[in-house]
Amino acid sequence: MKFLLSLYLEPSALPGEGLDHEEFLAAAGPSGELVGGHVLADPSVGAVTRVRGGAVTVTEGPYLTSADQVACQYVVDCESRERAVELAVLLAAGQAGGVEVRPLMNASGMEM
Amino acid sequence: MSASERLGDLLRELAPQVLGVLLRRHGGLEECEDAVQEALLAAATQWPAEGLPDNPRSWLVTVAARRLVDQVRSEQARRRREATAAAREAPDAGLAPAPGDESPGDRDDTLALLFLCCHPALTPASQVALTLRAVGGLTTAEVARAFLVPEATMAPRISRAKQRVRSAGAAFELPAAEQWAGRLDAVLHVLYLIFNEGYTAGSGPDLHRADLTAEAIRLTRLLHRSLPDDGEVAGLLALMLLTDARRPARTGQDGALVPLAEQDRGRWDAALIEEGAALVTAAMSAAPLGPYQLQAAIAALHVQAPRAGDTDWEQIRILYAILSRIAPNPMVTLNHAVAVAMTRGPEAGLDLLRTLDGDPRMARHHRLPAVRAHLQELAGEHAAARENYRLAARRTTSLPERRHLLARADRLEG
Repeated sequence: MKFLLSLYLEPSALPGEGLDHEEFLAAAGPSGELVGGHVLADPSVGAVTRVRGGAVTVTEGPYLTSADQVACQYVVDCESRERAVELAVLLAAGQAGGVEVRPLMNASGMEM
Repeated sequence: MSASERLGDLLRELAPQVLGVLLRRHGGLEECEDAVQEALLAAATQWPAEGLPDNPRSWLVTVAARRLVDQVRSEQARRRREATAAAREAPDAGLAPAPGDESPGDRDDTLALLFLCCHPALTPASQVALTLRAVGGLTTAEVARAFLVPEATMAPRISRAKQRVRSAGAAFELPAAEQWAGRLDAVLHVLYLIFNEGYTAGSGPDLHRADLTAEAIRLTRLLHRSLPDDGEVAGLLALMLLTDARRPARTGQDGALVPLAEQDRGRWDAALIEEGAALVTAAMSAAPLGPYQLQAAIAALHVQAPRAGDTDWEQIRILYAILSRIAPNPMVTLNHAVAVAMTRGPEAGLDLLRTLDGDPRMARHHRLPAVRAHLQELAGEHAAARENYRLAARRTTSLPERRHLLARADRLEG
């Protein structure tokens, strides 16, 4: 099962600052669970696009204006939700924010 | 079948045999398995150009053994010194069987290899990956593609698995009698996981994933050849054949899932049904009953009915009741509830479903509301059914299942 682990930090935190993912990477890498990941640049340099009734608007900055922002994300492929949560705990260790664990949709399906 | 497909089949057939020869002489799954992969690669590039050698198996053994010796000599690691000594004592000529020599140990080698790859020190995902590479002869890239992860993810998964096998002190041999049943269960579970991974894959771009069903069936046939009297091995093979028989009818032209009751039975594979049904009937009359035989027997009843309405639900209900007793789990209860609903009315099925309400294994699981919705629909409780179809659609992580569940909910609208 694939999961997206998103580390949320306060907007005041500088991008990539003080991230210590050694323990997480040491757990998810050699076990063959780490599919990919990235550290995000500051939300202030991003943009949000919207289309309403055919009219396009582009606004500077984050989609969410008040809450914590995503600072980095990893995709893992692991045995169960429990294991994904276990890896997320390693990712959250030592961080002021929290890690959201979201299963990814897949194209497989069983007829009922 | 094209020449390259025939070559691929031959190489995959020979892979575990060659690995078996190397393991018996040297031990050391990591080194031997790498050497065999190199020999397979050499064969895949040389044979089409130079023609098939007189004895392909001996050719592979000789090349793999040379690679092993090279590898051992070129590495200084302490743990490999013993292997170096062993390799020097055994010259290449000693490794290669005489031309035409068919080792009687091949079948047992494949069996011992399956036990080694499905060692309890490994996670199921690692057992699956290692089995496909070492017994199935697939490359790491092929295994990675089949499981939709990058090769960079799959490679450490496989090497970690090999390291674990080594540090667990696992030997290349058949398990002792007292461990036999548990170890065989693990092998069967891995083969079934491989099968399901392929069976549930979509069509089109996921075609290489669908090949996993063929690979699982091929490996289970090998296992059945080694252990013809084991009822559960026969049961699993039958279950795979009877399930795979429905594959041509399980999705519509637009890729949407078609439920069993609505499938075009004319598109089911009659030869697979016949073979699967014969296998499970023979197994159940000769061997102690087990969960795979029961599931195969249920699958046989489903596919042997000429029309959905002819399904022998009473017989299916009895088989699920036995299955619930010998191998209880929430998924069995779900299916049992459907069979109860079909024989004793939807209310009785819904009563049985209620026993799952507090089960932590079913919290967040989409199948519980999906089955509940189906039974509520049968009971004519359309509003409740619609809500539960929508709840199930929200919870599933499968795109085609979500689409199917939403379509069911919409059908009950107005």
